[in-house]
Amino acid sequence: MIRKIDRRSFGIGAAATGAILAAPAIVRAQGGRLRIGSLLPKSGDEAETGQFCQGGIDLAKTMVKDMGYDFEVVDADTESKPEVARTQAEKLIHEGCHILTGAFDSGQSLAIAQVCEQNGTPFVVDIAADPAITNQGFKFVFRNFPTAIMLGNNGLALFAELFKATNTHPKTAVLMHVNDTFGQAMVRGINGYDQHVGLPFKIVEDIGYSRDTNDLSAEVAKAKAANADLLVVVHRLNDIILMIREMVKQRYQPMGIISPGSPGMQFAQFFRALGKYANYCITNQPWLDPKQPLALKVREAYGKAHPDQNMTLEIGFTFEGVLICADAAKRAGSTNPQALVEALKATHITDRVMLGGAITFDEHGQNVNLPSAATENLNGKPMVVLPASNAEAKPVFPMPGWSERG
Amino acid sequence: MPGWVNFVVAGLLTGAVYGLMALGLSVIFGVVRVVNFAHGEMMVLAMYGVILLQHWLGLDPLVSAPVVAMALFALGYALQRGLLNRFIARPEHQQFLLMLGIAGLLTSSMLMVFGPDTASVETSYALDSYEVGPLILDKVRVFAASGAVLSMALLWAFFRMSRTGKAIRACADNPTGAAVAGLDVGRFYATAFGIGAACVGASGTFLLLLVDVQPYLGASYTLLSFIIVIIGGLGSMPGALLGGLLVGVSEGLSAYFVSPSLKSLFSYGLLILVLLVRPQGLLGRRA
Repeated sequence: MIRKIDRRSFGIGAAATGAILAAPAIVRAQGGRLRIGSLLPKSGDEAETGQFCQGGIDLAKTMVKDMGYDFEVVDADTESKPEVARTQAEKLIHEGCHILTGAFDSGQSLAIAQVCEQNGTPFVVDIAADPAITNQGFKFVFRNFPTAIMLGNNGLALFAELFKATNTHPKTAVLMHVNDTFGQAMVRGINGYDQHVGLPFKIVEDIGYSRDTNDLSAEVAKAKAANADLLVVVHRLNDIILMIREMVKQRYQPMGIISPGSPGMQFAQFFRALGKYANYCITNQPWLDPKQPLALKVREAYGKAHPDQNMTLEIGFTFEGVLICADAAKRAGSTNPQALVEALKATHITDRVMLGGAITFDEHGQNVNLPSAATENLNGKPMVVLPASNAEAKPVFPMPGWSERG
Repeated sequence: MPGWVNFVVAGLLTGAVYGLMALGLSVIFGVVRVVNFAHGEMMVLAMYGVILLQHWLGLDPLVSAPVVAMALFALGYALQRGLLNRFIARPEHQQFLLMLGIAGLLTSSMLMVFGPDTASVETSYALDSYEVGPLILDKVRVFAASGAVLSMALLWAFFRMSRTGKAIRACADNPTGAAVAGLDVGRFYATAFGIGAACVGASGTFLLLLVDVQPYLGASYTLLSFIIVIIGGLGSMPGALLGGLLVGVSEGLSAYFVSPSLKSLFSYGLLILVLLVRPQGLLGRRA
């Protein structure tokens, strides 16, 4: 029998087909294996660090699965630009990713957070410090990284500890900072700390510079002219290398170079570029917990996969980002966005990589259990020098002169 | 000694390299009458050439300067003979678009070949400095400025004393007269473009001692070259040097007295001032 297709049944059929074709992401997003979209700046200004962070994601792809989780990761490149981060996030959601993680940079993470909020897709921020990310009342955004205020407060609190441990009393400091979203947020954090708690030194000069700078000679000369005891830096990788080269050339030698939490001075590239001049730089930052078996396993695996790199916080946090996503989906027993959000709110991961208590999120979606450690570059690698309970070595401060290094 | 003196000296040293870079633009415009919008991109290409020479042959950048300058001369000569000569008689906007197209092509090609990350050269003297009384002179800056000044002196001697140099000047002053006198104007135009490109190559080598390179760097240096030649006077050799020194010193002083982030602001301010007061540039001839 041949059934005739009339205009009405054709219309109903066409509408049904259209509806299915038009909403593939929604249909896919309701079930099946968890798809995690990972966004990192793997090209552009932040490519070097973004590629580095990818190491943590790659480790998680196998190690977190070995911990009994089932998922797949779809990688995307933000090209170090917030507008690209936004379109890539939309693309990942359209391709059926149930949850996103990323994105190393605050501006890019904020752009992704807005997309996730609009689409009702959970977003686990692995690295990004701008407080605005968790201060805007987003319902789908969770962050396992300190805010700039936390970074600043935790990092700045360690200054006093360092001075106490080394019996030193620097009175003045120059603050040099990169002028991007991260740098500005950190400076606000430092100023806020100074107002409310008080720094153990006076900032006599505040020098900002562009993230894509290729010459810091004038900035360093200006810092030197301030004749302060200490140099406090908020930086990225390329600019801190330029800065220290200039400091050596201009024979600018403060008592120490200390960052209250920035990416760069702990990287292997920093040591390769500066050799002996990389030593004695101090970064106060969230760091690996050497007492956690998972941290030791991750460090060992990373060392095998990347013998020319140092295991740093970027690896730890990107690894934990994937772990948080997979853990939420396992507990939720679903990839439904709302179920994932409810599971994320109830997160309690004690077996972790980074220093601090269990991973949990407060009502803003922020993990507040993220203390900092002071790591000092000693003998070509970053070592924990404070807090004393976790220290691998004693702090060397003031740092030896440029010409006094062998 | 006041603190700003160090900034002035550093500005003068950097300004000399800027001067050589802008001189290339000035020579090309002064003779061929084409504004080279791919100037900065050609310089970035030269910088990568220096890095490759160091990687492959272990050459110090100061040693590779003449090699890179000759390579850029060949590139400039070929570009003028093969492509630009066809645009000499065309409307200026077509010339601009052609040069912008070449700039984009160079940037994209370098991005594909070298990637987006910054690259630099390594020298044994990179972190050394001279202490002259209270002054601290960055060794690479002294070397770069010396190389730039030497290059400019050689170029000045070439244009003043050699037969080819004089012939190029004749073509610049009166191309029709030069052609009537039997000079191959097209060939001398290509030579002039090659010389301008060689200046860019040499300045790129010297500048690489001071800054790191990445493929997108070109546009900012094209703009800086324009600022310098407009301040000094388009087509004027001493003007390019003067413009470079003024921009270098203004950057240094603004960094000291105002803010390092605002150093470019004063270069633009200087440019606007010159355009208002002396539109032909400080050492330029009135049209």
